[in-house]
Amino acid sequence: MKRLAAVLICCGVGYAADGNSFVIEHATIHPVSGADIVNGSVLVKDGKIAAVGTKVAAKGVRVVEGKGLHVYPGMINSATELGLSEISAIRETNDTNELGEFDPQLKAEVAVNPASEHIPVTRANGITAAMTLPSTEGGQGIVTGQAALIHLDGWTWAEMTVMSGAAMEMLFPSLEAPRRSFLAPPGAAGPPFREVKKAYDEKMRRLREFFEEARRYRAAKEGNEAGLKRDLRLEAMIPVLEGKMPVMVVAPREREMKAALDFAKEQKVRMVLAGCRELGKLGPEIKAAGVPVILGPTLATPLEQDMPYDHAYALPEEFHKAGIEIAFGTFDVQFARNLPYEASMAAAFGLPKDEALKSVTLNAAKIWGVADRMGSIEVGKAADLMVTDGDPLETRTAVLQVYIDGRPVDLNNRHKRLYEEYMKRP
Amino acid sequence: MKRLSAAAVMVLAGVGAARAEVTLIKNATILTVTKGTITKGSILIRDGKIAEVGQSVAAPAEATVIDAAGEYVMPGIIDCHSHIATEAVNEGSVSVSSMVGIPDTLNPEDIYIYDALAGGVTTVNVLHGSANAIGGKTVVIKTRWGKSAEELPFEGALPGIKFALGENPKRQGSPSVFRATNLRYPATRMGVEDTIREAFNEAKIYQAEWNDYRAALARGEHPEPPRRDLKLDPLVEVLEGKRLVHAHCYRADEILMLLKVADDYGFKIRTLQHVLEGYKVAKEIAAHGTGASTFSDWWAYKEEAYDAIPYNAAIMTKKGVVVSLNSDSEELMRHLNDEAAKVMKYGGLSETEALSMITINPAKQLMIEKRVGSIEVGKDADLAIFDGHPLSNYSKVVKTIIDGQVYFDRAKDVAGRAAKEQEKAQLIAKEKERARKESEGQRRARPGAGEQAPKPEVAQ
Repeated sequence: MKRLAAVLICCGVGYAADGNSFVIEHATIHPVSGADIVNGSVLVKDGKIAAVGTKVAAKGVRVVEGKGLHVYPGMINSATELGLSEISAIRETNDTNELGEFDPQLKAEVAVNPASEHIPVTRANGITAAMTLPSTEGGQGIVTGQAALIHLDGWTWAEMTVMSGAAMEMLFPSLEAPRRSFLAPPGAAGPPFREVKKAYDEKMRRLREFFEEARRYRAAKEGNEAGLKRDLRLEAMIPVLEGKMPVMVVAPREREMKAALDFAKEQKVRMVLAGCRELGKLGPEIKAAGVPVILGPTLATPLEQDMPYDHAYALPEEFHKAGIEIAFGTFDVQFARNLPYEASMAAAFGLPKDEALKSVTLNAAKIWGVADRMGSIEVGKAADLMVTDGDPLETRTAVLQVYIDGRPVDLNNRHKRLYEEYMKRP
Repeated sequence: MKRLSAAAVMVLAGVGAARAEVTLIKNATILTVTKGTITKGSILIRDGKIAEVGQSVAAPAEATVIDAAGEYVMPGIIDCHSHIATEAVNEGSVSVSSMVGIPDTLNPEDIYIYDALAGGVTTVNVLHGSANAIGGKTVVIKTRWGKSAEELPFEGALPGIKFALGENPKRQGSPSVFRATNLRYPATRMGVEDTIREAFNEAKIYQAEWNDYRAALARGEHPEPPRRDLKLDPLVEVLEGKRLVHAHCYRADEILMLLKVADDYGFKIRTLQHVLEGYKVAKEIAAHGTGASTFSDWWAYKEEAYDAIPYNAAIMTKKGVVVSLNSDSEELMRHLNDEAAKVMKYGGLSETEALSMITINPAKQLMIEKRVGSIEVGKDADLAIFDGHPLSNYSKVVKTIIDGQVYFDRAKDVAGRAAKEQEKAQLIAKEKERARKESEGQRRARPGAGEQAPKPEVAQ
């Protein structure tokens, strides 16, 4: 406790003056990219990691005593609505799920509310960055807009944005019967399969047509075609067609995952599969295609009654065993802070512990193309760090300090404030 | 022959009764919750009850032995708020629906019973929904997967009734894009209060009529009995302490309101459910002797949950309230042990306090603490065995025991999967064959129309 207080005091003073330079000493460093370093140091200079190891020369910088503590890279939640949704039941506080089937021009970061109470609540558990998605469950679009990778700290959304257009989100057309409306009388049957199939085929036709249209637009633009009018929707597709921006395709079921794989191959686009709830027989094909997968929520009941009870818990290991690169997302905002427990539940059911940790740090950074900047404790990377008293994938572990770009981040939040306020009530 | 077999049955039954069923769990770390932790300990189970607990327990030779080396045994988990094992949850047509009851809709084949078992849950408070200020009757069950609906209820547990405050019960009174007409009173929290008062006002009058009638009978008179009222009977039981009130609530104002109404009418609120702002009025809840059953960390899913904090359980505990953590979810129910760990993270409660939230505390709230909720001699042998410490996220349940019987065994579950897959494949093949024959039959029955005959809908 004494030690804890000392640590808190030294990170609480004067960080602005030292240009985000400091050294954490005598801690166990978990770089994720390599072996753990016992009694090690991490030197941070100007917000970047300058040295890591047991012998780090650090003169003239503030010292953070880390004896008995652990240093990990900050975690990355690969699928959230952070900043876009405040209270899920109140439409006015939600900015996900725009109207329209094809909205590639939408950019998630421009609607991120930096004052959202969810941001400090989430980062207090060691999550320093997140993918925030333009569309989530219940979305009716197909190409729903550009997801942004954001830092969970900053005065404005512009300051928070690590990467605009980190992925083009798609909700892949589904052959699942649509959920029965809550207005429908009890016991009412869903639409017959042939109708669902017809609607699906129609959607797939429009999707192909849209990609084709975008391709023609790109060709016309490259060829400086006379009289070509600028089209913001089609222009937004160009980085996707050029393979510069991955499509993040939400496809929960094997049938849709397979269709998405075929589609990506046919369209020659780079793909990240997301929200997969089963693997089926697709392991070899996903691996061969080099498609990474964002899993979650792991804390879910089986899709079908006849699936094993632990299907969702054991699924990450099924993907990992198949040689597929995985990362986790919570696909929400309310439970975004519980990202590490998605991974540890997977570990309880077979995923190796080190892989579980990677799937919320380095793997995510690789998948989103920022492994040169974050995801592990390596020289040259941004100092997105958390200091803990143990394994961050364990609920009981306390996250004591968080740094984003070397800035000590305030771990106070709405929940702590209310806690302290009401503990004082006589 | 007939007589002979009857005799054989009698002999077998006699043998069964004479030889007690004995199980020994040994080499385990035992988290008793109420009496500390025993390392390398044993639990002797006789006839479904815990007979002995300790480091050296002598077991008869015929005992079934479960070697739990490296494993942790804790009391079976108790979930004080769930809707599993039901065919229907909400009778939402009226604001007082005390005439209906969950016991009439129990579905023993609900797969979530098995899932709950696989998460170490052995006792569940199965509640009516929250669509009405006074909802339906509720029942406590054990997760006896494979048993009939009649065998699910927890023997001797008091029945309950669901109340609900706040957004849910007033929703059907609020005009919206989905509902402009047929609005149902109440539409406000004021109306919710009044609905409960009106109902208990009626119940008191009804109770007095019956009391008068019984008094007259006792005097030797021959009065006409009052007309039975199935809506008011359960409320009279509440007034007489024979039925427990489990009240869904969120905000501090409505919590205080309900405690006051209960005081005014002379009944008790046994548990406040969800009670997400309970931390703001913990003192009042404690003074009323009411239990609080809350979520570990749910928040911000609706307006009345925006001040919800994960420290809620810790604050209420520190201020003297008996607190449990519940699931209200088929998923969360499967890892209530992980949820319990959150009260250590948020509010710094101890391991024992954390485990109490899902064992002895909900047992107290449901008034079944003499039977379950801790590992003590004489209690029901309802146990969950984990492959590591249950408060570690890396641990999982390997066995769940109810009344001394193993109801969930992970090793068996895993070993049986291949056979189940095979059975499923056979069933699908059989169904495809049936569909094929049926479509052939249709074509033959309508010669010439074969091309137009619609294909039968095969399960996709």
